[in-house]
Amino acid sequence: MAVSDALRSPAVVSTQEPAPSKPPNKFKQAFPQYVAVSPFFVLFAVFGAFPVFFSIWLSFHSWDGIGQMTWVGLEQYSYLLTDPTFWKSITNTLIIWVLSTVPMLLLALVIANSLHNATRFRSFYRIAYFIPNITSVVAVTMVFGSVFSNNFGLLNAFLTSIGLDKIEWLSQPWGIKIAIATIVAWRWTGYNAIIFLAGLQAISSDIYEAAKVDGASSRQQFWQITVPLLRPVILFTAVTSTIGGLQIFTESQVLFGASGSIGGPGDGGLTIVSYLYDNAFGSNQFGYGAAIGWALFILIVLFSIINWRLIGGRDDERITKRVARRAQRKIAAERAGTEYTDAH
Amino acid sequence: MRTEKVREVTSHVVLMFGVLVSLFPFYWMLVMASNTTPDIFAYPPKLLVGSHLLENMRNVLDNIDFFGAMLLTLFASLGVTVLVLFFDSLAAFAFAKYEFPGRNLLFGILLVTFMIPSQLALVPQFVTLAEFGWIGSLKALIIPGAANAFGIFWMRQYAKGAIPDELISAAKVDGAGFFRQYLTVGLPVLRPGLAFLGIFTFINVWNDYLWPLIVMTDPNRLTLQVALQQLNGVYGTDYSMVMAGALMSVIPLIGVFIIGGRHFIADIAAGAMKF
Repeated sequence: MAVSDALRSPAVVSTQEPAPSKPPNKFKQAFPQYVAVSPFFVLFAVFGAFPVFFSIWLSFHSWDGIGQMTWVGLEQYSYLLTDPTFWKSITNTLIIWVLSTVPMLLLALVIANSLHNATRFRSFYRIAYFIPNITSVVAVTMVFGSVFSNNFGLLNAFLTSIGLDKIEWLSQPWGIKIAIATIVAWRWTGYNAIIFLAGLQAISSDIYEAAKVDGASSRQQFWQITVPLLRPVILFTAVTSTIGGLQIFTESQVLFGASGSIGGPGDGGLTIVSYLYDNAFGSNQFGYGAAIGWALFILIVLFSIINWRLIGGRDDERITKRVARRAQRKIAAERAGTEYTDAH
Repeated sequence: MRTEKVREVTSHVVLMFGVLVSLFPFYWMLVMASNTTPDIFAYPPKLLVGSHLLENMRNVLDNIDFFGAMLLTLFASLGVTVLVLFFDSLAAFAFAKYEFPGRNLLFGILLVTFMIPSQLALVPQFVTLAEFGWIGSLKALIIPGAANAFGIFWMRQYAKGAIPDELISAAKVDGAGFFRQYLTVGLPVLRPGLAFLGIFTFINVWNDYLWPLIVMTDPNRLTLQVALQQLNGVYGTDYSMVMAGALMSVIPLIGVFIIGGRHFIADIAAGAMKF
């Protein structure tokens, strides 16, 4: 790294003349810059790097936080792999993630498209759509908890009023997952819509003009131009919601934490982080908690790699041109009434 | 021309429906907070705002130290925000505008730290803070979050485009050292970026739940979110009071957001496009 720095063009700002006899010490000269960047690295060393390494050490031990640490080697991990509750927490987390992410991204796309078309009240809409995101999860979960409440909830009152049966939302595994997924989707749909909107506004209007000249309907334009060109932005939101989705905790803790079982009836709402929290801070099994943390880390890395693969070979310019060409061809073909065949 | 109009109207219909869904929980919170608990649980439920709001709010104040919790949360949020703004912008200024040995390596390390989920270090962080004797203190809420990789990364992108090299050269000719240059050239130019990072950080700390839940062990010194959940747990049946508490906890933040939110939203979107 240092070598490549030296090979690069001279420093952005260098008015100091090099001393004629011996060259100035580059490290000494850069002292103020090191001071400037050091707070982050010092804090990271103490509250980030050290804890991360310590948690590896910890995961090989059995420890209740007070007494002696006992070396148990890989025992925590081998137990983890056979622990049905742990696997349940993973399945729950993934189900909640899918249940929230898929509708959320689709709705966000629809809203973004409407925001793009609507010229008036735009800043009002943006603020209204963003407010859920800046509201605390605790308060929001309380409101949704009452809406989904088994006996007196608004949702069940509505179902009864139209002659349907009540659903025990908060005591069935699926009901619980739907409730949590709804809270997540409600909080993040507007956020994603606004990011999609930024992506939409970056698409050149020439492509739409060309499509219009070719007689493309708005539906055709949406699916054949907008969606493919938004691909990079959609993938960004997919990555962020994957990482966020794997770390869901507050919703199930607020819904069920006070009832004594953190995952709710049948552990239907037990997520990976709530299982970690429960082990480490509920039953003082710090070693096991650390091992769950590493499992979570591996999952996040795994999903990030999958996401990178999906983005892989991304080249905005090329994709734009290809998509534009393909859309034009397809629209022209459809208009001519001929069957469209991909010419590859 | 006509299709344009149809499209505009359809868009507004879709958007207004979305706004209703987006804002309905707040209305419902207000309905519950302003009625008595038996009224909420009656069938059919009351759908309109009632007249018991003040009474329910007083109940909250009687049951938890609401203002104490709010003050603590405010101190923590302001403390983290001020430190983050200073440390992050200073580091970003150095990363964006100066060549120094190891700069790219250090920045690379910073980017890698993004990948580490915060929960991974949760247990040992708690142990470390316990060693320091910080558990239950404001320090535990402020110091670990006083500088962050996201803020430095984001401010660096901002500083690269916003600060002209000529300004720095000029300051240097005038004899200003690095920190003077940061104060006189960097800070004024970075102000809009700092506003975004400030609101972003403040909101995150204000709303954080997991970390204060772990480190604030004294039941008399809780942050707003944890106190709120406490209220929910102990008095789970008194919905009206719980909702009054929830309402009181979200109003200040939403107020701040509505005042300063427009630029903030634009910056969030711009940030996402840069990644």
